[in-house]
Amino acid sequence: MEASTHAAHLHDVHEAHHEHELSFWQKYIFSTDHKVIGIQYGITALLFLLFGFSLMMMMRWQLAYPGHAIPVVGGLLQKALGTEMMTDQILENGVKVPGVMTADLYNAFGAMHGTIMVFLAIVPLAFAAFGNLVVPLQIGAVDMAFPRVNMVSYQSYFIGGTIMLASFFIPGGAAKSGWTSYSPLATVADLGHTFNGQTFWIIGMVFLITSSLLGAVNFIATIIQLRAPGMTWMRLPFFVWAQFVTAFLLLLAFPPLEAAAVMQLMDNLAGTSFFLPSGLIVSGAPANISGGGSPLLWQHLFWFLGHPEVYVLILPGMGMVAEIIANNTRKPIWGYKSLVYSVLAIGFLSFIVWAHHMYLTGMGTKISTFFQTTTMIISIPSVIILTCLFISLWGGSIRFNTPMLFSLAFLPMFGIGGLTGLPLGFNFSDLHLHDTYYVIAHFHYVVAPGTIFALFAGIYYWYPKITGRFMSEYWGKVHFWLSLLFMNLVFQPMFAQGMAGLNRRMADGGATYAGSDTVVGIDPSILHTNVHISWAAWLLGISQIPFILNFFISMAKGRKIPSDNPWGATTLEWQTPTPPPHGNFTKPIEVHRGPYEYSVPGHAADFTPQNEPERLKHA
Amino acid sequence: MGAHTHDDVRKHLKLYIGVFLALLVGTAITVYAWTWHFESVAITITVALFIACIKAFLVAGYFMHLMSERKTIYAILLTTVFFFAGLMYLTVWSREEMPRGTTYSVGPNPSLPQLGTH
Amino acid sequence: MEIPYTVQPRADTGLFNAKVGIWLFLASEVMLFGALFSSYILLRVGASSWPHGLLNVPIGTFNTAVLITSSITMVLAWANMKMGNPPLSRIFLGITVLCGFAFLGVKTKEYYDKFVHYEVRLVDGTVADGHIKKSPDFSVRGFKPEKGSIVLEPANVLHANPGESMADAMARLPAKERYAHHHGEEMHLEASQIRWISNYTPKHSTYFAIYFTLTGLHALHVFGGMIVLSYLFFQNRAAFARTQTERYTNRLEVGGLFWHFVDLVWIFLFPVLYLL
Repeated sequence: MEASTHAAHLHDVHEAHHEHELSFWQKYIFSTDHKVIGIQYGITALLFLLFGFSLMMMMRWQLAYPGHAIPVVGGLLQKALGTEMMTDQILENGVKVPGVMTADLYNAFGAMHGTIMVFLAIVPLAFAAFGNLVVPLQIGAVDMAFPRVNMVSYQSYFIGGTIMLASFFIPGGAAKSGWTSYSPLATVADLGHTFNGQTFWIIGMVFLITSSLLGAVNFIATIIQLRAPGMTWMRLPFFVWAQFVTAFLLLLAFPPLEAAAVMQLMDNLAGTSFFLPSGLIVSGAPANISGGGSPLLWQHLFWFLGHPEVYVLILPGMGMVAEIIANNTRKPIWGYKSLVYSVLAIGFLSFIVWAHHMYLTGMGTKISTFFQTTTMIISIPSVIILTCLFISLWGGSIRFNTPMLFSLAFLPMFGIGGLTGLPLGFNFSDLHLHDTYYVIAHFHYVVAPGTIFALFAGIYYWYPKITGRFMSEYWGKVHFWLSLLFMNLVFQPMFAQGMAGLNRRMADGGATYAGSDTVVGIDPSILHTNVHISWAAWLLGISQIPFILNFFISMAKGRKIPSDNPWGATTLEWQTPTPPPHGNFTKPIEVHRGPYEYSVPGHAADFTPQNEPERLKHA
Repeated sequence: MGAHTHDDVRKHLKLYIGVFLALLVGTAITVYAWTWHFESVAITITVALFIACIKAFLVAGYFMHLMSERKTIYAILLTTVFFFAGLMYLTVWSREEMPRGTTYSVGPNPSLPQLGTH
Repeated sequence: MEIPYTVQPRADTGLFNAKVGIWLFLASEVMLFGALFSSYILLRVGASSWPHGLLNVPIGTFNTAVLITSSITMVLAWANMKMGNPPLSRIFLGITVLCGFAFLGVKTKEYYDKFVHYEVRLVDGTVADGHIKKSPDFSVRGFKPEKGSIVLEPANVLHANPGESMADAMARLPAKERYAHHHGEEMHLEASQIRWISNYTPKHSTYFAIYFTLTGLHALHVFGGMIVLSYLFFQNRAAFARTQTERYTNRLEVGGLFWHFVDLVWIFLFPVLYLL
């Protein structure tokens, strides 16, 4: 076929009546197939996950050994980032060793670690990658409702990510005002350069928000419109429900941040004072602004997204864990209806709890109490979901494969994360814990041994469907046990650090506030824990090497799957060839039963796929 | 397209023109009411937004076919409106709830009459 | 591989895919403009005073009428396509796009007018605003003049306390007088007499910051809508509209929904910014 007709056919996917041989670019780079896009999202997100983790590993060096040059990469970094961001360590003998992080660089790494992990790694991986790969298959659709919008959504994410990465290398370096980018600091932090890292951050965020909005529209429309005949709402796998609610959160919560980002960009570039108050003094002189703005306005708009965002981070993970638990206990999830209503409740409530991030801004007691109440209420559906998943294990015939191990660990880890959120949700205790390492420990428990474990579970679980091979069980278990151990060693001590008063975002790890026999301050043993935590973090990093190698080597050398449904699962994504072709299903799909018909009493079969017609029930 | 056939549309033409004229009249009334320049801020806001809401209802209901649209769209919109209201109301309430004397909203000259007594 | 319900509606929802998609997108747009409206409220409540009479109401009213007209022509474009009259549909679609041009043209003139309009606060407390006829050797650092002089043709001159703004001074007047013009003589001012000077750009005050942001974002949406509608205008004559009429009509409906939303936002923007 001529090259020119390729383009014409690509532009009208709906017109295609038979498969054409697409070029490399159309098949892998500019694809509109949800599976290819899902893989694109997945690979890109995993790379960002590794990058974000590397930033943190360097930050942990600074916390453990402040003033010491970073080994191995220190010299290279100093060459790449310049002496504005890194300085030399001068040894006792006068030798200069390059590679000491300045406080500015620490802040930049900190801000970018948060931004990259949340917006470039977890959300694209959990929502976009797994969603794209699995959701259309699980509802029995041929693709997403808007394939071209899907492609643009990925490209927008890619561009946003590139802009974020580029910001490290511009004069002044990357954004350094926290992932929360609070004004006025975000506007005044780098006044020396107009197109500074903060500007890049904002522009990058606009691309990322666009990507998420387009993706959200696509997911919701697909789930509403493209469910196969017989796939009623209450027959949907719980993973689809989780993605549906997540999409709504992204759809409605991101735009206020987009508005705020535009306003902050105008503060930075056009001299406006949306978030800059009257009487602002910068570097000893009154700022040349009109004033009249409100720093709190930024906080409200940011956290209006920020809170639903954290539910975006956790819900897909919960969905995945539910699928894997059902499959590996060989029984239905306990309390499907409760799970569905709970996830809907979480979605709804997540929009009216945001100011629990703002307890220390001086709000009055009535409104603090309002947000405290809604925050306490939202913990109820979260507990219901966790409880349902726990009870699902009871009486199950449990297979302890790698996906199941990660899913099982998810439950108590998320439990710890959730429970430690309670003192933060009450405003009286938050007074003491706000902005300390306790907060860091809390949210990392939920996202790191929480969501990331769920994502690992998902990767091990769905890998065979994409590649036709299993990942190595042995190395999977090594990866699991090491990660579980070191995750806890990294984050568990941080609760104690936070309660002892160690604040977050301090480049020297709190050394300035060290107590001693004569000075009231933070207990030195608490500060020394920084070293232990750092080592645990580096060992955690090394523990990911088996995973990375396993991921790539198994593509060629992994044990081949014996059938298209190697896990013996009931959901529709396993009723396709491996890997699923363009169009997904080889024959029209009709759904006859719920998503978890495992070990149904009276049935001859151990499990019955959703699309199995009635009459085979009593075979 | 479920809700609209050729005949439905033909019947609705008069309705659309009617809505158009109503919108123009509504605009004229709003501007005319403005020329009265009420002293009270509350009344000014109420009048302006009341008429704006009616006009918005006409555009959404008839031009955007919401009056004949199905539950799915209503559900999406109602959810959105609820959260929109929450964003507006709660942010303003949080400011109202600041203890007296803790918000700084004064220009350089403190002898000014202040709108918003904080 | 055919994606279902791109043209025919799905039975239980009664909708075709693109309609669900556009309403979802509009929901997100409601939150976007909603956030800006919330910001407007918060900024206004927190301001010591809020300007009045700086925006031209007759021009704003004209623009409102233009958008309302474009909405009815949009409906008629879709309706005529539904009733099997593509040429008439095309005409109405063309008028809609022209209305969009008119709206943006007027907006551009409004913006330009603001950029050449200056507010001057004098050291003795007098506040004036108007056009600068001449400005020999005049330079400004931030809001404070450094050297030179200006000749100001004032639209308003008010007496106020030193440090106050025009808005502060106007706030003391009864409501009816805030929209009148308080003319004054041509003023020759040296840099040393001027405490503060700025044209009416976003940096002038939160009033103009939020005005330009709200109307600017709205204008971008008008522009985006015009691009889509122009594409559909040209597509009306193409083979696609003849052979896949129902799909083309659906595109008109979906594009129309976006256009009506843009009109809806302006229905609230106009009174909030110009009249309140």
